[in-house]
Amino acid sequence: MLATIGKRLLTVIPTLIGVVIVTFLLTRALPGDPAAYFAGPAATKEAIEQVRKNLGLDKPLPEQFVRYVRDLARGDLGNSLSTGRPVTTEIVSRLPASAELTLLGLIVSMAIAVPLGILAAVKQGSWIDHTCRVVATAGVSLPVFFTGLLLVYVFYYILGWSPSPIGRLDAFASAPTQITGFFLIDSLVTGNLEVFRSALAQLILPVVTLAIFSLAPIARMTRASMLAVLASEFVRTARASGLDSRTVIITYAFRNAMLPVVTTLGMVFSFLLGANVLVEKVFAWPGIGSYAVEALLQSDFAPVQGFVLTMAVLYVVLNLVIDILYGVIDPRVRLEG
Amino acid sequence: MKRRDFLKSATALAAGTAISAPALFSAAAQSRNETLLIVSESGPNNLDIHGVGTNVPGYEVSWNCYDRLISHEMKTGENGAPYYDRDKFKMELADDMKVGDMSVTFKLKKNAKFQDGTPVSAKDVKWSLDRAVSVGGFPTFQMSAGSLTKPEQFVVVDDSTVRVDFARKDRLTIPDLAVIVPCVINSELVKKHATEKDPWGLEYTKQNTAGSGAYKVTGWTPGTEVIMERNDAWVGGKLPAIKKVIWRIVPSAGNRRALLERGDADISYDLPNKDFVELKSNPKLTIISTPYSNGIQYIGMNVKTPPFDNPKVRQAVAYALPYQKIMDAVLFGLSKPMFGAPADAKTTVSWPQPHKYNTDIAKAKALMAEAGYPNGFETTISFDLGFAGVNEPICVLAQESLAQIGIKCSINKVPGANWRTELNKKTLPLYTNVFSGWLDYPEYFFIWCYHGKNSIFNTMSYQSKTMDAFIDGAVTAAAEGDRASYDKDVIGMVDTAYADMPRIPLFQPYVNIAMQKNVTGYQYWFHRRLDYRTFAKA
Repeated sequence: MLATIGKRLLTVIPTLIGVVIVTFLLTRALPGDPAAYFAGPAATKEAIEQVRKNLGLDKPLPEQFVRYVRDLARGDLGNSLSTGRPVTTEIVSRLPASAELTLLGLIVSMAIAVPLGILAAVKQGSWIDHTCRVVATAGVSLPVFFTGLLLVYVFYYILGWSPSPIGRLDAFASAPTQITGFFLIDSLVTGNLEVFRSALAQLILPVVTLAIFSLAPIARMTRASMLAVLASEFVRTARASGLDSRTVIITYAFRNAMLPVVTTLGMVFSFLLGANVLVEKVFAWPGIGSYAVEALLQSDFAPVQGFVLTMAVLYVVLNLVIDILYGVIDPRVRLEG
Repeated sequence: MKRRDFLKSATALAAGTAISAPALFSAAAQSRNETLLIVSESGPNNLDIHGVGTNVPGYEVSWNCYDRLISHEMKTGENGAPYYDRDKFKMELADDMKVGDMSVTFKLKKNAKFQDGTPVSAKDVKWSLDRAVSVGGFPTFQMSAGSLTKPEQFVVVDDSTVRVDFARKDRLTIPDLAVIVPCVINSELVKKHATEKDPWGLEYTKQNTAGSGAYKVTGWTPGTEVIMERNDAWVGGKLPAIKKVIWRIVPSAGNRRALLERGDADISYDLPNKDFVELKSNPKLTIISTPYSNGIQYIGMNVKTPPFDNPKVRQAVAYALPYQKIMDAVLFGLSKPMFGAPADAKTTVSWPQPHKYNTDIAKAKALMAEAGYPNGFETTISFDLGFAGVNEPICVLAQESLAQIGIKCSINKVPGANWRTELNKKTLPLYTNVFSGWLDYPEYFFIWCYHGKNSIFNTMSYQSKTMDAFIDGAVTAAAEGDRASYDKDVIGMVDTAYADMPRIPLFQPYVNIAMQKNVTGYQYWFHRRLDYRTFAKA
């Protein structure tokens, strides 16, 4: 098992090298001039040149690249100009914020979408099936920022049930000691229930927003794959043998229908992690997506490169985890396969 | 764990939270009265205004956490709210200011201390001013605007006395010592963190405040929040009422508005104009609108290349722009019109002042025909996407209006990061932009925007001997205190600018502030950012 994982990881190296080269070239090909941007509104030509020199952008591209790779080898992703901090620090503090939000969103979404999908498949054509279809269509067709703003409007502005949408914690609460970076876990570990409550309350609306958006692919995929499995011969055999329908559906059918669902989950997760920029903007969430977009708008190279690289690594890890899960769910699947 | 044990501990846990919760809430309520919660779209990227590429929110931190030798008194502005008094200075770190013929001498306050307890001495002042004129970029540029360019100009007389020598007679020198840039920094502390590559310790002050100011930064998460706490040992003025400032970054304008309306945030100041207009009717909020001092949004034209090298074409454009529509539909009235002065109005010795052009398509068409473009021409109109909320509708309205006189414009949206690069090339034929100067003097605006030495703010590349003569005349007259020729030259400058029309002023934008009714003490400053020192909460 370990050997196969090792082998899998080796194949990843060329991908990562490719990502490093492409992001470097892409950021350099952006039309903006960071030196002019950061020299400020009143900069003279000389001032801009001075900034360019300070940033090392006056050097030829190959030299810049070598320097970038050398820093990268030391784990240094460079400094962000817009926030003035090392990119590594920023990513370490922001990735958990995004991950906490995305994971919770995915869990909530799964808790609704999977049962809904199964029921829709079992009772095909019934009202549940139609509900599933309507919910999925509505969820996917409402843009996330719209759902987000709507939820804020209703639950914060009108009803006042939800806390103010200003990030991970209430303005007067202070962050728990960083252990995992997940506020829910950190606050529980340090026994700070007040912070836990605050963090949870802040999470509800953005999590629901993300969940609504990701319901569709999971529900539809569960339904489709359940339908295929339910029509197969072994299910008919199980039914004919007189097994009760609960056992047939959960133990036999669902287990076999899980493979495509897990694939979809992996895709949805990685998609959400990058795509929840809008949710982060709406809820002032200090996540990694909004960081990368801000940086991009200001031609701030280092964070963009750092973000793409982190995402690439995440995808790789995620794919590996999913492949291993395949093996667990269905022993016929081999990692090499 | 047994079921019974679990239940027991769960009850204990619940009881524990029940007891601790009210205690926590009352503490929060008490501190809330001395805490100011500000929400805005973006936050600082650097805590030091001398830093490379410090953004405008960073200036606000510098203003509140550092002291200058002198600052400005307040007066009552046109809108009844406190407005800084351009001509009256007050002492901040200095105890006394003596202006001589070719120098000014400052005596420092005896008991002034930096936030780490070190006394403020003359050598700190010199080091800080040396730093401002030496680091390059914006701070050095701003210092040079007041003829402060060389470290030799700053002289330590004794431990608590500093002299600033004038490079030449310039009436902007002393006002320039009261802007944000010449802040006084704890030189010993910063020097400890300086390196060979970074002799001015910019890396250290980027992340830490090292001043003697009324506030110090105690927590900063870029892009999320800045926390500032009061420096109780501050001697620069009256001890502020606000103990703690929490500045949260909330990117969504809708949410900033919701936070204000729900009473959760105390102040916000960058909302769309439409929101401010609607918030004015909200009885729970105070809205204060003040025009930018010495600032104008304009339509610029590249006068070096055809067709805009022809003054008749530029005048035609000036007659074709839909001024009133822009005021109504884009700004919702929240700006000061810079057009349509009565035909018989006399040019005054002031700036900004409105020009006499109004939307008059027939006149514009006639001018186009006279200029030799009866059928018009094609061009592009560019704007900065960073301020798309105002710029985009302006350009769309202009496009529509110019089409009526045969000028077919395509709209060129330039991303914020790219805007300055594009503008500095000085090749955009037609564009909208804003210029505003910290120093509120007409000649200051004209030196940068209209003088033939073609600074980067002269985005039109406008060069005219007549104009240069007026501007140079006004600068000399101001330095010598020759009121009569100064007035004559300023009127000449304005008249020439409006006859040649290289750029067409549209309006003077407003700084809009929305705050809760119990928050008082807002003052308008030339830098347009907040001064926390005068705020109070009832």
